[in-house]
Amino acid sequence: MLSLLKRFKYHIAIFFAVVGPGFITANVDNDAGGIFTYSAAGARWGYLPLWTLLPITLVLVITQEMCSRMGAVTGKGLSDLIREEFGLRITFLIMSLLVLANMTNVMAEFAGVAGSLELFHVSRYISVPLSAVAVWFLVVKGNYKSVEKIFLFGCVLYVTYIISGFLVKPDWKTAAIYSVKPKLMLDPDYIYMLIGMVGTTIAPWMQFYLQAAVVEKGITAKEYAKSRIEVIVGCIMTDVVAFFIIVACAGAIWAVRPRDIQDAAEAALGLKPFGQYAFLLFSAGLFNASIFAACILPLSTAYSVCEGLGFEAGVNKRMREAPIFYFLYTMLLAVGAAVVLIPGFPLVKMILLSQVLNGALLPFVLIFMLLLINKQGLMGEWANPRWFNLVSWATVAIMIGLTLALVGITVRGM
Amino acid sequence: MVENFLYFTELVGMPVFDLKSRRLGRVRDAALVPLVHSARVDRFLMGGADAFLTIRYDQIRSIEFGKGIALSDEQLTPYHDDEYLLRIGRDLLDQQIIDVTGRKVVRVNDVTFGVNSDGERDTLSVLEVDIGIRSIFRRLLQGFLPARWVRRLQEAIPPNSIQWDLCNVLEPDPLRRLRLNISYQKLERMHPADLADIVEDLSPAEREAIFETIDSEAAADALSEVDPKMQVSILQALEPEKAADILEEMAPDEAADVLSELEHETSEEILDEMDSEPKTEVRELLEFKEDTAGGLMNTEYVALSEHASIVDAAAALKDNEDLLEILNTLFLVDGEGRPVAAVPLARLFVAPAGALLKDIASPNLITAPVGERQDRITALFDKYNLLTLPVVDEDGKLAGVITADDIISVLRAR
Repeated sequence: MLSLLKRFKYHIAIFFAVVGPGFITANVDNDAGGIFTYSAAGARWGYLPLWTLLPITLVLVITQEMCSRMGAVTGKGLSDLIREEFGLRITFLIMSLLVLANMTNVMAEFAGVAGSLELFHVSRYISVPLSAVAVWFLVVKGNYKSVEKIFLFGCVLYVTYIISGFLVKPDWKTAAIYSVKPKLMLDPDYIYMLIGMVGTTIAPWMQFYLQAAVVEKGITAKEYAKSRIEVIVGCIMTDVVAFFIIVACAGAIWAVRPRDIQDAAEAALGLKPFGQYAFLLFSAGLFNASIFAACILPLSTAYSVCEGLGFEAGVNKRMREAPIFYFLYTMLLAVGAAVVLIPGFPLVKMILLSQVLNGALLPFVLIFMLLLINKQGLMGEWANPRWFNLVSWATVAIMIGLTLALVGITVRGM
Repeated sequence: MVENFLYFTELVGMPVFDLKSRRLGRVRDAALVPLVHSARVDRFLMGGADAFLTIRYDQIRSIEFGKGIALSDEQLTPYHDDEYLLRIGRDLLDQQIIDVTGRKVVRVNDVTFGVNSDGERDTLSVLEVDIGIRSIFRRLLQGFLPARWVRRLQEAIPPNSIQWDLCNVLEPDPLRRLRLNISYQKLERMHPADLADIVEDLSPAEREAIFETIDSEAAADALSEVDPKMQVSILQALEPEKAADILEEMAPDEAADVLSELEHETSEEILDEMDSEPKTEVRELLEFKEDTAGGLMNTEYVALSEHASIVDAAAALKDNEDLLEILNTLFLVDGEGRPVAAVPLARLFVAPAGALLKDIASPNLITAPVGERQDRITALFDKYNLLTLPVVDEDGKLAGVITADDIISVLRAR
């Protein structure tokens, strides 16, 4: 009996020891760009897009699960594995694309910081430089454990969206029906919106970040079962938050007058008639999400690039030991923050560009992931079983189709 | 030195000519046979019609940069995968190796060969493993620009290479390690803290390989420097006998700390394999709560009778030679085993010959009971400027000692 209790305690301890990577990745997924996409979908199409969240969750779980499994089994990051199995040139190509895509992503995050704080009448010339400097110091000077705790706390703040969803008092019955009832229309705008939702939820950087975080945390194949649960719960949370963002915007904006919104801050303003709190929570959530992603994206990019190309990396290294790592990290932050401050900078174009770059990169990353996870020499008994391969290749094929369509439409629109 | 070196990137793709200067094919890879010669390239693999052909080093007349390889013997054999071959392109390029003098894990971008000529034939031997930007630049451009241009252009970038005999190739498979003559003996001479940093950067399989092969003492020293969570996963992965050997070499308190983190069954398995003396010590220590004096203390101390003389002390030190590196205090105990005084080791040197130890003992003796809380202990160290604190059990008998390095670990962990 005593040993059973001890066993139970051990398992609980292990579970909490592995909590982190999955939750954090899944939540950062709802970054400024994600919130904008969901808000726009709700504001323009109301409850109709809700049904996509179920399949999106499934795809998210499939891709994230593979990454964390690879991390736990091989103990190596995704860029490490790509380098070792596919050589330097391919790694260099992918890393260059990743830096470009993530740089535009970071711009979008700082635009989110600026937008959300401007709702509270804070000038962007104050908010953006301040937050960039704060992020830099938090990550470089803080130690990994406390930074992770701050990040986990950041995950909790996403609850603001759930509350603001309730405050708007949306039509729950319709929401429930459209959550399971697929609605397809041949309206190009509608299709574009659907693809955008998928594209914003499954981004290339996440695969790199999650796998690296699993490795960093030292999760082993033995503990992996717990890590898998964490990843799945994280993915579900992501889409629960997405659900409430859509519902809030459907209830507040679409129900009044369906319209296109230009940025996430506009969505927050749309919630204002439904009470000060709904507005406050929505904009606070936007700020949290933007700054959270602004912390993680540059860091994760610098890590992946340095790992893949064989440079020293890590915030526990000194600047002289890992110059390229710090250069990349600082450069991404600085450029991402600076362009938001340039008057007349084509920010919307840049964010569209980031979608195209993400879309161009994602097929490569997914295909490499599948090739890697099927290598017996690498994964052994943890390689994909046949049925899982079927599902994941199908998923990848659909994802590639959708992203190519997204890229096509976006490029034409530009 | 101008022309008598060759990069692997230049070797790959080099044309091979037969006796009549007809082109036979191009070099695809090169291999060492480490059991025969640690650096000389023994085989060249040439791309034939649809399979590789093997060129032995003694079939080559000349190797010339910019021209190619000329054979002296055309009897080439088809290539068979041979487990005694270390193939540079497959097994070394893009993989991680340990830089023993630089004390870090690095990724191989390219390999530099020396071209040695003995009048009869040219042979290649591995001089250096190239890391850093220069070799990345070379790899990326090779094939797009003529090799001579690449050589000239790269001059602008400072080189970054490691001598071949200071590299340690990583190979998790024990059988292959034997066949490739890879040993980790070079690692045993490193400082344990540096070795610990290195293994923290490796994947679990490689980590395990290192701890399996280096001698138990070096393994124990390194293991005690490794992050606690990783200690657990390393021990779990090792065979219980090897794990027991390593734990026997560790200080009993550290061994007990590690064991207490393991799953109950695993730690029992390992304890069963340990020798009886260290086993009892560790078992006793395991009984104490981690955050008490009992959990912090270790049983590696030297205690003498209160009537002992300096001669006795010298004899006791001879008997405990393995402790000398960390020992700084001797303890005097009464007939019941209760500590009565502490003698700082340095006092022995200035004491008159024939003096009794109690005459040169420190005037005050600070002790702590086994159940004392951790923060009280650190306070004692601070207040009395202690190096070693004796811990007594319920009967007042000396049970163990806490040393300043234990306290540093406690404070660092906060």
